[in-house]
Amino acid sequence: MEDTLLTDWSRAQFALTALYHWLFVPLTLGLSFIIAIMETIYVKTGNVVWKEITKFWMTLFAINFAIGLATGIIMEFEFGTNWSNYSWIVGDIFGAPLAIEGLMAFFMESTFFAVMFFGWDKVSKRMHLLSTWLVAIGSNLSALWILIANGWMQHPVGMEFNPDTARFEMSNFWDVLFNSTGYSKFLHTIGSGYVMGSLFVVGISAWYLLKNKDVIKAKKSIVVGATFGLITSIFLIMTGDESAHEVALHQPTKLAAMEGLYDGHKRAGIVAVGQLNSEKKIGDDKEEFTWSFEIPYALSFLGYHNTDAFVLGMNDMVYGNKEKDIESAKSQIEKGKIAISALKSYKEAKKSGDAVKATDSLKVFREHEKYFGYGYLKDEKDIVPPVALTFYSFHLMVGLGSWFFMLFFLILYFAMVNKLDSKKMLLRAALWSIPLGYLAGELGWIVAEVGRQPWAIEGMLPVGMATSQVSTTAVQTTFWLFAILFTALLIAEIRIMTKQIKIGMEGH
Amino acid sequence: MFETFELLTLQQYWWFIIALLGALFTFMMFVQGGQTLLNVLAKNELEKNIIIASLGRKWELGFTSLVMFGGALFAAFPLFYAVSFGGAYFVWMAILFCFIIQAVSYEYRKKPDNFLGQKTYESFLFINGSVGIILIGIALGTLYTGGNFIKNDMNLSSWTNHTYGLEAVLNPFNVAFGFTIFFLARAESSLYFINNIAQEAIVNRARKQLKIDALLFLGFFLMVAAMLLLMSGVGYSDKGFEVISYKFLNNLIDSPLLLMGLIVGVILVLYAFFITLFTGSTKGVWFSGVGTILTVTVLLSLIGFNNTAIYPSLSDLGSSLTIENSSGSHYTLTVMSYVSLMVPFVLGYIYLVWHSMDKEKITSDEIEADHHHY
Repeated sequence: MEDTLLTDWSRAQFALTALYHWLFVPLTLGLSFIIAIMETIYVKTGNVVWKEITKFWMTLFAINFAIGLATGIIMEFEFGTNWSNYSWIVGDIFGAPLAIEGLMAFFMESTFFAVMFFGWDKVSKRMHLLSTWLVAIGSNLSALWILIANGWMQHPVGMEFNPDTARFEMSNFWDVLFNSTGYSKFLHTIGSGYVMGSLFVVGISAWYLLKNKDVIKAKKSIVVGATFGLITSIFLIMTGDESAHEVALHQPTKLAAMEGLYDGHKRAGIVAVGQLNSEKKIGDDKEEFTWSFEIPYALSFLGYHNTDAFVLGMNDMVYGNKEKDIESAKSQIEKGKIAISALKSYKEAKKSGDAVKATDSLKVFREHEKYFGYGYLKDEKDIVPPVALTFYSFHLMVGLGSWFFMLFFLILYFAMVNKLDSKKMLLRAALWSIPLGYLAGELGWIVAEVGRQPWAIEGMLPVGMATSQVSTTAVQTTFWLFAILFTALLIAEIRIMTKQIKIGMEGH
Repeated sequence: MFETFELLTLQQYWWFIIALLGALFTFMMFVQGGQTLLNVLAKNELEKNIIIASLGRKWELGFTSLVMFGGALFAAFPLFYAVSFGGAYFVWMAILFCFIIQAVSYEYRKKPDNFLGQKTYESFLFINGSVGIILIGIALGTLYTGGNFIKNDMNLSSWTNHTYGLEAVLNPFNVAFGFTIFFLARAESSLYFINNIAQEAIVNRARKQLKIDALLFLGFFLMVAAMLLLMSGVGYSDKGFEVISYKFLNNLIDSPLLLMGLIVGVILVLYAFFITLFTGSTKGVWFSGVGTILTVTVLLSLIGFNNTAIYPSLSDLGSSLTIENSSGSHYTLTVMSYVSLMVPFVLGYIYLVWHSMDKEKITSDEIEADHHHY
């Protein structure tokens, strides 16, 4: 039933949309709060300079927000257009947070966005400020619901399989709502958005300082940006730790791929920097790295908050580990096939009215139910995600996150001692850290989503079973159309944004 | 409260909400209608800016209504979502493209160094308002006329031809439905401008344009109404699916409440046209708004009640979808029903914000002075 080419193109299209969407959303998440803070200072102090600063950053916010909406609408509908099997098989659970997101967050954002931009002379100062905060809260609420949905894909809870409808159905909304993976993803993701917003404000303000343009406003902006950035980068590091812990508990194969760990062991270290051995394959004896620098015990601690803990490697997951009670992928695939065949036989028996056969088949299905998704995998090694992409993305992301923390600290320190103007190198580094922020965000998504492969729903539904049954040509056609359109719009966005920055903060 | 309801009651409740959301979205399409009138109602750059500013403060609500409509369908009727979006692939993709280009156009149109140029963004708005809306109408039309899909025992579906939904443009009812919505959106945009803009030249042109669009709308609406009342629909019972003559006419006769809603809705829209064209009133948009919401709610409700298929299959009658075989589980519908209690609250704050922003009509002075106009 699975068509690999179709699956790959469907994945490519979704990845394209998600990667483009994720270029714009983090800035919305972070900048909305920074603007709200700036406007609060204006309302509290009555200083019109702060109003002009707020309006300047709002202009950039709007340019970014528009294209975020354009790419966002596709994300929702692509679940239907390209992942229609998924939409049916888990829609009973997955659809709810998406609908709640629309009702609770999108309407709030879009309603108060209009007040934020066009209401300066139409509503009171306080009402305007409230609207700006509500746009920020709305954006973040939207992130909450979509990440509850995404967290559920990574760690499915609160549901059971209904053989009559052949789908998973929600059995406990509170389990879905308070899924720990959802919250760790939410906190880490909004944290990355706040850091991105801060990098944007700090980097652009640094450019103004380098050009000796709008200096007073740029200095005020940079202090707000760096303060917000410093606090939120600490938050980002803490939530990153929690995210890794969640991955260790619920997606051990992903953790192993993130760390290039083939054979599990106790007191595992983290490879701080290293090069994966490209010859290395699952199950062979070759070295994992051509060179590496390892921090001892760190992975055991990161994953399980215990330096002695045993961390599972990819070989343990593929071939099993009796000592650790890990079943081999081969055995799980075999049991999965039994579950699939039992379900088929149950459906046939129901159709022909054979109650005895139906009861027997259902019993077999229930015994093997938890392996159901494995039955669709072809090979035991399929359970391992692409290692190199996951490993390098993760390590680069962590490295960049550490740099951002240092950058905010240095910027804030030199701003406080009033020496920022003379630190040209640092200001240039701040400017060039804007694209690095975008890169780090994208890498984060790659770790989360590529690391989840081959599963659409971890351990339950492989991506190959989740696609729509459309022709590959149809998906290829829309893929290229999206690629051309999104790229054109991205070029437009960057050019407009750059022009507005060059025009400067005056007159806002 | 909701957990004690029968599954069928919850399914009907949710179909009604879907119908209501579809109706609210249809009303918000006045934004799209206005986009197609940009060069008709504006004769210079300032007038264009006024119209764009007037629409620009509303477009996101329409956009959000579309997203909400999709999200609610996903949550409440996931099989419909899967079958229609995953099957009528090209139609939905074309609609989405028309909305992607809308989302950036207001903001980017007049910005310096905008890469594609003002004219391109204005043509994006036109395409969104014309092709986008007509295609949505055509897609909605298939709820009555059906789609070429089949589903298997596992409820996994596929389309049976390679035009993936584009074939719907060959069905006269679908096309008439699309044009009905298109001209309604244009007529309502004129009503909206008359209410929202204080610039006399634009308002006068809007009144003239309203005559044309209202007439075209009425023509297409009568055509759709006649076809709908005379057409067969797919019904179902314990024995399975069957094609039933005059299904929608029967549904109306069987549900006096829906019939009354339809009559009142149509009268309100006609009344809005009448008072705007013949008494010089500026309040028409409110009557037509309520009328549109009532009419569309009834038209969409018609297919969800009285054992009617909400999406007949043209390839295999037995694969047709109903509110019963395509809905979420009792548990999920119950959860979502509690969530739906937020709808009046959301509508309430939208109304209040809208009211406070539109207290004064848009003037040319305001647009000339506003730095952040679109």
